[in-house]
Amino acid sequence: MTLTDFQHLMPLLILTFAVLVAMLVIAVGRNHKIMYVITAVSFLAAFASLFELRDVGRYTIEPLLVVDGFGVFYIGMILLTALLISMLSYAYFEQREERKEEYYLLLLLATIGACVLVISTHFASLFLGLEILSVSLYALIAYLRTRERSDEAGIKYLILAAFSSAFLLFGMALVYASTGTMEFAGIAAAIANFTEQPLLLLTGFGMMFVGIGFKLSVVPFHMWAPDVYEGAPAPVTAFIATVSKGGVLGVLIRFFMEVDGFRYPTLVLIFTIVAIASMLAGNLLALLQRNVKRILAYSSIAHLGYLLVAFLAGNQMGVEAVTFYLVAYFITTVGAFGVVAMLSDKERDAEQLEDYRALLWRRPWTAAVFTAMLLSLAGIPLTAGFVGKFYILAAGVNTQMWLLVVMLALNSVIGLFYYIRIVAVMFQQPEAEVEADPRGKLRPSIYVASVGTLTVLALLLVYIGVYPSGLLQVIQGLIATAVP
Amino acid sequence: MILVWLIAILMAGGVLAWISGKVNRTLPRWVALGSVGAVFGLTLYLWLSNPQPMMGAAWLVHFDQPWIPQWGISFSLSLDGLSLLMLLLTFFLGFLAVLISWREIQNKVGFFHFNLLWVLAGITGVFLTMDLFLFYFFWEVMLIPMYFLIGIWGHENRRYAAYKFFIFTQASGLLMLLAILGLYFIHGNQTGIYTFSYFELLNTTLTPEAARLLMFGFLAAFLVKLPVVPFHSWLPDAHSEAPTAGSVILAGLLLKTGAYGLLRFVLPLFPTATVEFAPWAMLLGVVGIIYGAILAFSQTDLKRLVAYTSVSHMGFVILGVFAFNEWALQGVVMQMITHGLSTGALFIIAGFLYKRLHTRDIRQMGGFWSTAPKMGVIALIFVMASLGLPGLGNFIAEFLTLVGSWQANNWLTVFATIGLVMATIYSLRIMQKIFFEEYKLEQPLPDLNAREMLIAIPMVAMILWLGLYPQPVLDTARPSIQEQLQAYTEPPVKQEENPIKLKNMARAEKSKAEEITAKLEEAKPSSHLQIFKSSN
Repeated sequence: MTLTDFQHLMPLLILTFAVLVAMLVIAVGRNHKIMYVITAVSFLAAFASLFELRDVGRYTIEPLLVVDGFGVFYIGMILLTALLISMLSYAYFEQREERKEEYYLLLLLATIGACVLVISTHFASLFLGLEILSVSLYALIAYLRTRERSDEAGIKYLILAAFSSAFLLFGMALVYASTGTMEFAGIAAAIANFTEQPLLLLTGFGMMFVGIGFKLSVVPFHMWAPDVYEGAPAPVTAFIATVSKGGVLGVLIRFFMEVDGFRYPTLVLIFTIVAIASMLAGNLLALLQRNVKRILAYSSIAHLGYLLVAFLAGNQMGVEAVTFYLVAYFITTVGAFGVVAMLSDKERDAEQLEDYRALLWRRPWTAAVFTAMLLSLAGIPLTAGFVGKFYILAAGVNTQMWLLVVMLALNSVIGLFYYIRIVAVMFQQPEAEVEADPRGKLRPSIYVASVGTLTVLALLLVYIGVYPSGLLQVIQGLIATAVP
Repeated sequence: MILVWLIAILMAGGVLAWISGKVNRTLPRWVALGSVGAVFGLTLYLWLSNPQPMMGAAWLVHFDQPWIPQWGISFSLSLDGLSLLMLLLTFFLGFLAVLISWREIQNKVGFFHFNLLWVLAGITGVFLTMDLFLFYFFWEVMLIPMYFLIGIWGHENRRYAAYKFFIFTQASGLLMLLAILGLYFIHGNQTGIYTFSYFELLNTTLTPEAARLLMFGFLAAFLVKLPVVPFHSWLPDAHSEAPTAGSVILAGLLLKTGAYGLLRFVLPLFPTATVEFAPWAMLLGVVGIIYGAILAFSQTDLKRLVAYTSVSHMGFVILGVFAFNEWALQGVVMQMITHGLSTGALFIIAGFLYKRLHTRDIRQMGGFWSTAPKMGVIALIFVMASLGLPGLGNFIAEFLTLVGSWQANNWLTVFATIGLVMATIYSLRIMQKIFFEEYKLEQPLPDLNAREMLIAIPMVAMILWLGLYPQPVLDTARPSIQEQLQAYTEPPVKQEENPIKLKNMARAEKSKAEEITAKLEEAKPSSHLQIFKSSN
């Protein structure tokens, strides 16, 4: 490796360094605040180092990684999301008794995994990234050990994730067997020479998709999502829903663009079925839930279905639409789980619909932020979610995938049903005159940190919803390099 | 720029009202009243100053600012006679809506007025915008506050009603969005310019198949909003459960956005597809007129009754729109305004009664004429307006519509006219049940107070004015109606013959122009034949 290689991997190096420092700090003495500061600063520093890479073009670090505009954008998105999640985590963990310091370590590690994923261009780096991410998540999900559901969630995720990793590995092996290479570009070249697609290759792709599909929690690999979302601590749930899925989606896009998987009608058919099934199953099952975290879990299954619609467009506009939607979805999901985290108390997370009854009258601003997030998930104008959904619809209509587009529209309506239900519960008139919630439970500084984060998210949401031009410009400028 | 101010003042007023609600309870009311008053004044000034048309015959004011240039979306607002009339109606009813909520709403006053003003802002945007993306944007923006208005301040069954309203309109709106996108890409592929601008998209040439599909997308949204009979079931619930101000805005304004959409978008964008669909649309209109009237007759809930009369009256709108002639469209515009006033007034009276009796059940009312004569007179005027008594605005509207639709379809017009008889029956039943018969209450019903009279009198004045001297309204609407109908009135041969002359003739004397067209059309095959021969 040369010096320029290191320069291009600066964000990852900063994070790795931060992990080491953090470990040493814990060895010296436990202090929640110091750990939090180290984490936040390292995310910020890593993000700042991305500005050096703005005009990177396409820089390959043979044979594993490639740093290009697409990768830089996704890393930036992941880092900012992780930063916001760590800010929410501070208040959340401050009220809990358990040892909090290792949480940040795992958070940093998981973020590194996601970052590696989006710049990998080789099966080895793909798998390494995925495993760093997954292994950290095993621990993160079961972090609050004393909680009743956290073991269940952790073990469920552990077994299923290990299982799906095995599928992924086996698939990779099959692809390697039929193409003789593990590099994305090499696979693409090898496939181009085949006159007909060997069964072995398609089987390999299929098995890889099982592994990827599990991480994305698309139907039929979605069974874990609601249980894990429910059992994990709220900030970790936010992390799984955003960073983990975003990273995997990033590598999926890169692989498909490189290999040009859209040439194969079989693959496109499979993705189409999966997209429609995810949208329908996610939304319909969410209708049956009374638990906010489970509702959000099913809604995230549906949202991955929406994302696949734009992904299937398979052109520049599709990738832009996926990326834009991801930004909107990240902001919204972090915001929604941020509200859940903020309302949670020592014993349990605020996950029952009952916890939100008449919230508007108790905590008007929190309720307003949560309403904005839910409306964004539903795709109502003035929010980022609307522009994102519009972009996806546009990408779909542009490539004339009418079935998918109509399903998306139909599903938006179903989705509206349960988002609005939460809003309606929050806006219900209280039966007796309620007092505003006492705010002195936590130290004011912590309270300010969460409220500040949520406010930033809400403002961002509205800003992108009203003036998407700026973000569009950034996406279009950076993504153009990724699409061959 | 003045158009932007209209929307900005309302939105800013809304936020201000919400904030001022923290200070005290009456302040939001004054803020709301002030901002609606300000925009009403601005629009009135616009009308009275009689601006000269620019860019084409119909457009009075125009504002254009790139918004998302990457997608060809601009913040484009334009005002023509039709929009102007709709805005005047919007702000007039908006002003009254603030006044009637003065005593009725005591809970979360700031947030109520925020929602009220944002609904008005959304409606204003819908009536003004000439960019289809922006149109959809405003179309959705008006939904959320309306949902809250019904869901928070409504009557007993408010949550169900709010839900239903939201889902119906949102689902149909998404179909419209798909149609807008379809149009956008078809136009983009044809010309290479990707834009949502209404004026550009007007020039899209569509295959009949595509035109039909896209038209149904637009129709979905507008017919649900209007509402036309198979899609009307949200309306009675939403209208009867909403607070009075909400009902007034729903009936007076939100339904009109559907009618406006038909006039502004469906007619000019899909001239061939609409002609094919016209008999069915008119049939739906007539079914709506009769069905709404029958159901109105059998209601016992006063607000529900008035809601069904809306279904019936909106039948006339779709009947007129799909008659494709100037008479009918003038009637439709009048109907939009007068229905907004008369139905709004009936909802207000229902609100007055509810405040006094805490019921909307007309079986528990009766004989109020003796104790509340002022209310009786006001109600009588609007009931008469609703049944189409000459001298009141609704008569002009329905008469023009029927005259216009007679030229398009005789039989359906006959059935629509039967609807007028049925309107008489249900309208008289309202008077009979509430103000006559024997008095059932134990204590006398208090008559209208000064504030309530202040609300009622302007409405009476307006409906009388529209009935006795509708000419200013007709004149204002005329150029834009002609513009919407351009694709229908101009003969298709205009490119070959002197277009200006023919256009003028078509406007001046339609029948004569039709004769000429017919002749030209007769002449056309022979001329083609000649060319064919010579080339041979």
